[in-house]
Amino acid sequence: MFRYIFMIACLMLLGSLWLGSTAVAQKTMNVQVKESQLRATPSYLGKIVARTTYGSSVTVLEERGAWKRVSLGSGKNQGWMHNTALTSKKIALKAGQSNVGTSVTRDEIALAGKGFSEEVEAQYRKSNKNLDYTWINKMEAMKVSQEQMEDFISGGRLTPGGEGGRL
Amino acid sequence: MNKHYWQTGFILLALMTLMGCAVVETATTVATTVGEATGAISKSQSQSIRKSTAAVSKSLEDFTPEQEYYIGRTVGAVVLGKYSASADAKVNAYLNVLGQTLAQVSDMPELFGGYHFLVLDSDDINAFATSGGHIFITRGLIRCCRTEDALAAVLAHEIGHVQLRHGMKAIEKARMTEALSILAQEGAKSFGSPEVAQLTQAFGGVISDITNTMINNGYSRSYEYQADAAAVSILQRMSYNPGALTDMLGVMTRQIKPGGSDFAKTHPSPQNRIAELKASGKSLAVTETPAIRKERFTKAVGHLL
Ligand SMILES: [Zn+2]
Repeated sequence: MFRYIFMIACLMLLGSLWLGSTAVAQKTMNVQVKESQLRATPSYLGKIVARTTYGSSVTVLEERGAWKRVSLGSGKNQGWMHNTALTSKKIALKAGQSNVGTSVTRDEIALAGKGFSEEVEAQYRKSNKNLDYTWINKMEAMKVSQEQMEDFISGGRLTPGGEGGRL
Repeated sequence: MNKHYWQTGFILLALMTLMGCAVVETATTVATTVGEATGAISKSQSQSIRKSTAAVSKSLEDFTPEQEYYIGRTVGAVVLGKYSASADAKVNAYLNVLGQTLAQVSDMPELFGGYHFLVLDSDDINAFATSGGHIFITRGLIRCCRTEDALAAVLAHEIGHVQLRHGMKAIEKARMTEALSILAQEGAKSFGSPEVAQLTQAFGGVISDITNTMINNGYSRSYEYQADAAAVSILQRMSYNPGALTDMLGVMTRQIKPGGSDFAKTHPSPQNRIAELKASGKSLAVTETPAIRKERFTKAVGHLL
């Protein structure tokens, strides 16, 4: 009898630990790319439901493969983002607006605009005047919209997401 | 005391040499704890050793996507010092819609500034990809492509180099250590000009490490085969014909000039790449390219072929 009570107690303890772990799975992550999108489904074919920018915080609600369902700010906007757009490091933005609290350590934050940055590039260019960035800027300005990509896929009779698809 | 110091140093060194970078931090913690216990090193000494090793052992992960983007911009500018950009708007637009669509099915779909593609005005057979997502491809390499599927294979190989971070891995160990220790010092305090000068010098070193490997010496053969394998996966995910990669390499075999300073120097021979792809057991079945896809390819790049 005593043994049964002991076993039940153990099971309850395990159960509570398990519940606890799913509860803490709801974590905060930060956008580590200039701009990214939240999508209605975990796929780049998913409709864009919201947009977000560098340094924004999101709350992770669910994970599926390389995708995370997140909510933005007040939680009104929810959608799927790809792993590679997110980091668990907090991002300290230059302009002073930042999601970094006062009690984080160096390892937990990434400083925007620091390290190898715009400032270092400018300094480097001063002593390497032969380098021409005109076409680097021009190519970066070549943007392709979601709609253009969708037209390109259907227009080329492509059927992504079949074998081992990630879309 | 002195003897202990050397002993600890020796243990530390031996451990660091024996173990890979990834475990150095743990090994150092063990070694410094040993050192502390034997009284060979003071607590503060061991703390500073731990701190500096921690900064180094994190290596690649310590560069944010933003920093990789700035490294990529300057690597790209160096590439454009060797080759001129082509202002052919039609080809550049086609490359960007094709390349950006492919990048979305790669394992690294999002970069700080996204992926961007540019044609280089040269008959050499060459291509480059930076850590910032700048991808360059010569007219000579486009001429090795008979279909959109083959051109997709070329771009997917370059996206593969980005996704596998081959450029960043070309940074020499000592340089990485130097750069990261400056970055670690930086902390949350604002940056004065001596630090910017120091950082700029490290930046210059990083750029020359990457461009020397990428433009002059080439990556290792295994990196090239990894990029080919990544290309096949990307093609399959987008339902392109993966056999187009071997088809393109077949054309390249006939067009490449031995002794050239392009892919002839920096990549394994196309024959070896074909052999490696076949040996990998990947399905490279050739399927017919739909007529409509052939038409748009000819319309976009036909004048270059
Ligand atoms: Zn390559």
